[in-house]
Amino acid sequence: MITADRGATERVKKLRAQSVKTDPEISLERALLVTEVYRHNYGKVSPPLLRALVFKQLMEKKSICINDGELLVGERGPGPQETPTYPELCCHTLEDLAVISKRKKISFKVSEEALKAQQEVIIPYWKGLSMREKIFEMVSPAWLDCYQAGLFTEFMEQRAPGHTVAGDKIYRTGMLDLLARIKIKLAELEKVNGCDRAAQEDQLNAMAICAEAVIRFAERHAELAEEKAMIEESSERKAELLKIAKVCRQVPANAPSNMWEALQCYWFVHLGVISELNTWDAFCPGRLDQHLEPFYRVDLAKGTLDREQARELLQCFWIKFNNQPAPPKVGITLKESATYTDFANINLGGVKADGSDGVNDLTYLLLEVIDEMRLLQPSTNVQVSKKTPDLFIRKVGEVIRKGWGQPSVFNVEAVVQELLVQGKSLVDARCGGTSGCVETGAFGKESYILTGYFNLPKVLEITLNDGIDPASGKIIGPGSGENVQFDTFNQLMAAFKRQLDYFIEIKIAGNQVVEELYAANMPAPFLSLIIDDCLENARDYNAGGSRYNTNYVQGVGIGSITDSLAALKKHVFEDQRYTLQELLDIQKNNFAGREEVRQYLIHKTPHYGNDDDYADSIMKQVFKLFYDAVNGRPSYRGGTYRINMLPTTCHVYFGSVVGATPDGRLSGLPLSEGISPVQGVDLYGPTAVIKSAAKMDHLLTGGTLLNLKFTPHVLAGEKGLDSLVHLVRSYFRMDGHHIQFNVVDTETLRKAQQNPEAYGNLIVRVAGYSDYFNNLGEQLQNEIIRRTAHVSL
Amino acid sequence: MKKIIGIIFNIQRFSLHDGPGIRTTVFFKGCPLNCVWCQNPEGIGRDPLQIRHRQKCIGCYSCYEQCPQGAVKKGPSGPLVDPELCNKCFRCCEICSAGAVEKAGHSIAAGELVTELLKDLLVFEESGGGVTFSGGEPFMQPVFLLEVLRLLKLKGIHTAIETCGYTAWPNLEQAAAFTDLFLYDLKLIDEDQFKKYTGVSGKPILSNLKKLKNAKVDLQVRMPLIKGINDDKNSLEKVAAYLLAVGIEKIELIPYHNFGEAKYEKIGREYRLKGLSRYSDADLQMARMTLDRAGILTNSEGE
Repeated sequence: MITADRGATERVKKLRAQSVKTDPEISLERALLVTEVYRHNYGKVSPPLLRALVFKQLMEKKSICINDGELLVGERGPGPQETPTYPELCCHTLEDLAVISKRKKISFKVSEEALKAQQEVIIPYWKGLSMREKIFEMVSPAWLDCYQAGLFTEFMEQRAPGHTVAGDKIYRTGMLDLLARIKIKLAELEKVNGCDRAAQEDQLNAMAICAEAVIRFAERHAELAEEKAMIEESSERKAELLKIAKVCRQVPANAPSNMWEALQCYWFVHLGVISELNTWDAFCPGRLDQHLEPFYRVDLAKGTLDREQARELLQCFWIKFNNQPAPPKVGITLKESATYTDFANINLGGVKADGSDGVNDLTYLLLEVIDEMRLLQPSTNVQVSKKTPDLFIRKVGEVIRKGWGQPSVFNVEAVVQELLVQGKSLVDARCGGTSGCVETGAFGKESYILTGYFNLPKVLEITLNDGIDPASGKIIGPGSGENVQFDTFNQLMAAFKRQLDYFIEIKIAGNQVVEELYAANMPAPFLSLIIDDCLENARDYNAGGSRYNTNYVQGVGIGSITDSLAALKKHVFEDQRYTLQELLDIQKNNFAGREEVRQYLIHKTPHYGNDDDYADSIMKQVFKLFYDAVNGRPSYRGGTYRINMLPTTCHVYFGSVVGATPDGRLSGLPLSEGISPVQGVDLYGPTAVIKSAAKMDHLLTGGTLLNLKFTPHVLAGEKGLDSLVHLVRSYFRMDGHHIQFNVVDTETLRKAQQNPEAYGNLIVRVAGYSDYFNNLGEQLQNEIIRRTAHVSL
Repeated sequence: MKKIIGIIFNIQRFSLHDGPGIRTTVFFKGCPLNCVWCQNPEGIGRDPLQIRHRQKCIGCYSCYEQCPQGAVKKGPSGPLVDPELCNKCFRCCEICSAGAVEKAGHSIAAGELVTELLKDLLVFEESGGGVTFSGGEPFMQPVFLLEVLRLLKLKGIHTAIETCGYTAWPNLEQAAAFTDLFLYDLKLIDEDQFKKYTGVSGKPILSNLKKLKNAKVDLQVRMPLIKGINDDKNSLEKVAAYLLAVGIEKIELIPYHNFGEAKYEKIGREYRLKGLSRYSDADLQMARMTLDRAGILTNSEGE
């Protein structure tokens, strides 16, 4: 039993209960439909047309449902929590399915029938053809060594390049309008004889097929609603079903004309995007309060909707997200992102296109909705600018301090500047925001792909072993394993830089392979309809058709590596208390029998997170090296590589492959999370933490993630609320990108760990998203417990 | 120019309950009083002392091996210091890898302290906060205090002093020029009782409070509530009568908590209120009612 029924109305309570009480289950329907299309068309039509036919098949043939009482309709699977697989990307083995169904956390039910279909149809067709297999076949042996050693992860090995967010186009432009634009574009193409013409025509035709298919998908729901209305006994429900039918005939064929249609329109688009490919990740409506506000205002004025009806519709909308768990992951992808959450992260507040404050009445209503719903999905954040009234941040604070991990808080001025630095227009930057965990993007106009996490402390470990990965004994970096003598700290840093540049080179070379494979084999013609300017460019989303194209590499463990380097600098190079070799030997033995050394390293090292320039300047140095190694490199799609600093759950996985570190961390334990300090070493309170964190140049990134944990009494009362507002404002004045809060007693977490049943509804902030504490692996639970809980005296 | 040096034992950032906004509180070492309920016993004496965190000790006995005086003995549950032999060189605090021995009290120049305090300048600005001086008793080091106050005021920082009021009036008068808020402790009115529980006369405290009030400084009177010591009806009514006579109508109540108890063992002192539990909400309501009836407005922490 997860939680008591929540919701403004009986209808919402029932739907929410259905959503949270249904166990996730794998559905092979999509896999079978896709396989059928490939069987008949693969090799006979161009990739964009093949993908369009796949999309058409799904929209026309997948089973659809209208759940009892619901107002907004459409599921990705046959029903809530039924989760499709994507064999064209990752074809699960029977062992994979056995693991998926039996593992203790993030499991999915797998029926006998599904197993049989996987064995008899899916595996025989897809074996050797899935993107996952192609990628592992095409990347270099050096890349594979690094991947296996845990130097980096690869997002696209199981999921398609995604990470984009819908802009406001779909609320103004129906699919019929887009079809008309495609027609015009095709006519234009006829007049020119470019060498790309055939490919461009294919792309546009594929997009047209998708636009028609999603209209048909909506019509099918209209037909089902009408059928249900025929036999419905309750006249009230009958009227609702007929209304649903009317809405589904209007959108997404045409632009929506009221708030109900706007929500349903978005939802069909959302289902289209996440059915076409399992885009990693985070597709969401973005600036929802901005997009809906015009509809809401007109509806209220006309008297066709009141605030309470709007609330109910929004709550129905929330449940729709929660009905779609992230598709089942396996292997390292599971380790880096061990959650059902699919990272839809709705933005509230911010600024409008003209730079004025974006908070409106609907923003406040949405804040109430998220608190009433308390669902993991969709996640929500607030975008705070200097124009955002304190009144609003205090309302946000009232939700935050309830301690269920939402919403997180972002700095609009930082986000806009980050986007401007990357070359976006001012209006596109203002209409952008943050998605997934903390990633900056120009909503509706950018493909900003996360390519993989990068293990900074692992690079140091290999540096200290002169190219050898001590876990395997293999030489995987430059060096011979023999030269570990450094006379000065600067020599050590120079060696670190050499290793870092080498591994980044390998990571990005692998990315280019992956991107090329996707561009060639896996176009996304439906998503290309949604994101500007794929249509105008007659070029696919996965081939660089978007207005902006960015590739991110996400740095992990900045706290751990900073403290490790600070320990070496101080105790080896300055105080000469230990020789490097001595320390390495002690580390190799995981400090066995040398607890006093470990304690000394912990207690006598200046740590990042204490506003101490000794440590913080090292953090800046590492950050700069990482930035220089990645930033500005061109991507295959014609975009640019950039960095951001976030881990999801990857700091746990990366920690598991790194031996004991010079900061006293034992072998295998999690690394520091986001840009937060190492767990438990920040001793001077939250103002010192934000000062340290702000010494990083956030504006050079595409997002950073800072977690602060408070005991509940700190934020209690008016003074507590004031302090929260002031902390946020202070951090943002220093250009901090994002801050999020866990408000929970360590005691509560301990009890929940011992007695999970009694704490089934305890939600905590992990890293850029929230999850049920029970859903987290033990290591991650322990990591959260160890984070410093700030108190006040 | 000669540096003005003081002794402090803690700098606490993100203090929320010692004045407006988010503050940094500096704890001055040394206090003229010796209150039985003191929550910062490590701050009473002027000289630095050792705090031993037994639970952190890993039993490596480095302190035993390396103490120049041989003052550390092997006890049954970890190292023990012989106070007769210890010459307070604090070498053990440097040696201890586990941070189990801590030195409370270190010298710092006024300028250096101000640099440290200005680290949260932006936070002060955003929150309307600033710096609070506490202790110990800040007025035990009046010259140092005045210099730090002066330097902070040059930067426009909001300043507050938490004081027991036991000092020569000119000290308070001089500080007032650089102080935005006095947090003035009023514990007891009855002279015999005051002496019994604090070890000194309360007369200068009462007279200083009156003078401060007349000096028109921003003044907030605070009173720790300790069960059975100063919370009886009679004591509270005396407090009320005194305040009204001086022209003060409001007091902040600070209910006793026993968080400080553990510190006594760590510094090798006996705690005279052993076993006294946290002041209860019901008692707090009673005390507030008594003061209220006597014409004094009350509030308590966090309100």
